[in-house]
Amino acid sequence: MPSNTLALEATGISKTFGSVKANDQITLEVKKGKIHALLGENGAGKSTLVNILFGLYKADSGVVKVNGKAVELGRPKDAIDRGIGMVHQHFQLVPILTVAENIVLGNEPANKANVIDIENAKEKVRELAEKYQLEVDTEATVEDLPVGTQQRVEILRSLYRKADILILDEPTAVLTPQETDHLLQVLKKLASQGVAVIFITHKLREVLEVADEVTVMRNGQVVGSTTPSETDESGLAEMMVGRSVVLRVSKEASSPDETVLTVRNLSVKDDRKLLAVNDLSLEVRSGEIFGIAGVEGNGQRELVETITGLRNINAGEIFIGETSITEFSPRQISELGVAHIPEDREKHGLIGSHSVADNLILNRYYKSPFSNRGIRQQKAIASYAKEMVEKFDIRTPSIETPSSSLSGGNKQKAIAAREFSHNARLLVASQPTRGIDVGSIEFVHQQLIKQRDQGLAVLLVSAELDEILSLSDRIGVIYRGQLIVTANAADLDRNRIGRIMTTGSDIT
Amino acid sequence: MVLKPERSERAFRFDYLGFIMSVNQTKDIKQFFFKKRWWVLTAVLLAFFTLWTAEFEQANTTSVLVSTLRHSTPLVLGAMCGLLCERSGVINIGIEGQMLMSAWGGFMVASASGSLLIGVFAGIGIGMMMGGVLAGISVGLRGDQIIAGTVINIAAIGITSFFFSLGRTLPSGKAQVIKLGPLADIPVAGRVLFSNKPITFLTLLMIPTLWFLLFRTKWGLRTRAVGEHPSAAETVGISVIGMRYFNVIIGGGIAGLAGAYLSLEAVGSFERGMTNGKGFVALAVMIFGRWNPIGAWGAALLFGYSSAIQTQFQFRDWLTNDPQFIGIIPFVVTIVVLAGFVGRARPPASIGQPYSRE
Repeated sequence: MPSNTLALEATGISKTFGSVKANDQITLEVKKGKIHALLGENGAGKSTLVNILFGLYKADSGVVKVNGKAVELGRPKDAIDRGIGMVHQHFQLVPILTVAENIVLGNEPANKANVIDIENAKEKVRELAEKYQLEVDTEATVEDLPVGTQQRVEILRSLYRKADILILDEPTAVLTPQETDHLLQVLKKLASQGVAVIFITHKLREVLEVADEVTVMRNGQVVGSTTPSETDESGLAEMMVGRSVVLRVSKEASSPDETVLTVRNLSVKDDRKLLAVNDLSLEVRSGEIFGIAGVEGNGQRELVETITGLRNINAGEIFIGETSITEFSPRQISELGVAHIPEDREKHGLIGSHSVADNLILNRYYKSPFSNRGIRQQKAIASYAKEMVEKFDIRTPSIETPSSSLSGGNKQKAIAAREFSHNARLLVASQPTRGIDVGSIEFVHQQLIKQRDQGLAVLLVSAELDEILSLSDRIGVIYRGQLIVTANAADLDRNRIGRIMTTGSDIT
Repeated sequence: MVLKPERSERAFRFDYLGFIMSVNQTKDIKQFFFKKRWWVLTAVLLAFFTLWTAEFEQANTTSVLVSTLRHSTPLVLGAMCGLLCERSGVINIGIEGQMLMSAWGGFMVASASGSLLIGVFAGIGIGMMMGGVLAGISVGLRGDQIIAGTVINIAAIGITSFFFSLGRTLPSGKAQVIKLGPLADIPVAGRVLFSNKPITFLTLLMIPTLWFLLFRTKWGLRTRAVGEHPSAAETVGISVIGMRYFNVIIGGGIAGLAGAYLSLEAVGSFERGMTNGKGFVALAVMIFGRWNPIGAWGAALLFGYSSAIQTQFQFRDWLTNDPQFIGIIPFVVTIVVLAGFVGRARPPASIGQPYSRE
């Protein structure tokens, strides 16, 4: 197969939502058998572009050519028929159906009476899975599968439809580092078999690792194209953000003071009543960042929920300063000076339908000056919200805008604004930079260091090993609910942590 | 590591497919009896009760069972209408009104034309029109589904009361019993199963047919996908709007058949408000049957049975000092059963939400 032929060619694509130009004269050329990375910050218009390519949105203007022929992509079926497949950011799988049913849906092998031949379907899926080394249990129900596997099902679904152009919208945002590595291998394999891959991301390392070509977008426009060999991380980041970005956080050595958080022999059960945190002990002192490294699902979520009062303790004790919080409600814990940046900002961090202002005072709306004998003090709330929006650079049309309409990075800034202005002694930050753009990540990281220097104790939980390594003063590696190793960050390297978090053992 | 659920647990995720699925291993069978212990217990109790009454008089047992089936027919038809709609993502609380309109329309047409068959078709047609109204408001115009259903219920009461004229009769009389040859001579079972009226027979055929269509065909898989995750269905080229229109209109036709059953087969005339809440009970039956035709049939039989023994008690002069007590039997059964089972039922995820593409 000639490797320079264009699989997909989009020219002059424009799309306007209301007054926002989401795409402005976009041109994109994707070659057969190549991985083409589409890089850009949140809100740069990447998703809009691929949704147009997949027929979910209609472009206001522009031409899309598939294999040299101009095509009309009015609905997803048109795109599927042209061999375009898409792995969506929010999986488009039906949770209650099996893997095989999901893959064949819409294109089911059936007899003349439209009765589905499910054995044939399973067989076809198995063949595909073998061909592309994407193993799946065809009979499993999708909702029982881990995210990484669900994503595999999405890829198989596109391949089943004979897609030779595969679009992946932020596929690694939801994956663990291991799953990410596996996905990148799969993408390389697909490309080597002649599939053109369009890979949306804002993670620079992934781009440099797998992409053959890179197109960078900013504010709805293409700002440049390059190849990984011509550039590096900071070059890409600069193109993306439009200014130079500090990727590595610079920080002084920590000067830890008294112990703020003490967790002693803690055991906690998860929602399925299985032991998630098992006899875990740790201490976090003021002025230090304690990072918890680990593959997701090893008890981090349960640990965080217990410290913030959202989950009951099974055994053991937790102290904030000298106070045991075993019997405390989340509000009592918050009043003790515990701030919390939750893992799932949409679900637990913000009330989407409430205004930005209301979300900014969510942890003290009931207190003076925001409340006076139970009556909201609108002026105080508004002036405080305006101050926060400015100080934390939250990009919002107004403080009355519902928080759900902010971009991911700005949502996280709003949560950070609320939690950092809390006079907290302890900050529990869970995946604080997940799914947000480089600019916002830089901001959150700088804030964490700044707060640490002002004497805050920080418990940082992150699936991003790089984040843990660059921010933490001490690191604990969690495996199946236990801290296997706790050490100063300087004494641990990437490989060793990776080994412990995947095997649970420190022996080489 | 994310733990995978155990295999057995997953196998029983299929329980919405009905009990005859995935029971091919001994372990599964044991699990089946455990997981379905409430069903099994109920069935055993009912079987004992029936045998016990058969001790006294066989004819009475037969009539209890016949009456069970008779009471259950409109309920299971209504429930099938409801589950067709809800499996595709549209809540239909207008079943009551659709049934009432069809009972009235079917009766009027049968009375005027002199043909029961034409009357039944008229009933189905009116039901489909009512389904079209619901689909038009809730799918086409993306209106609130509960309000659309309520509109149908209120309109049906008004229209049928206004246009109903007393004194009309069916020239041909109501539908007659069909006996299926020698099968009808089997004791008890013959009278109960093989000697029924046409719509009852049709219903008995429709239950497994609908189950098969829903869980074995393209249409069924797509319906379930649309009701569960419409945008997923759309991205593989299935028309969500089209599927919903189709299902809601066909569902309306089934509710229409239930209405025709009431006026043309069960009673033989039309009375104001003759559905008497059956459309709402049908919704409970649908939920109790977990959006599954066979499950709904089981649920409808249980409701039918409790109504039937209530009648029997009255015939036998049992507990007649406290007639209120007899009257509450069906309701007690409803409460006990719904409290025990319904809490765990999970509806299709997208019901109640209008769908739009962008």
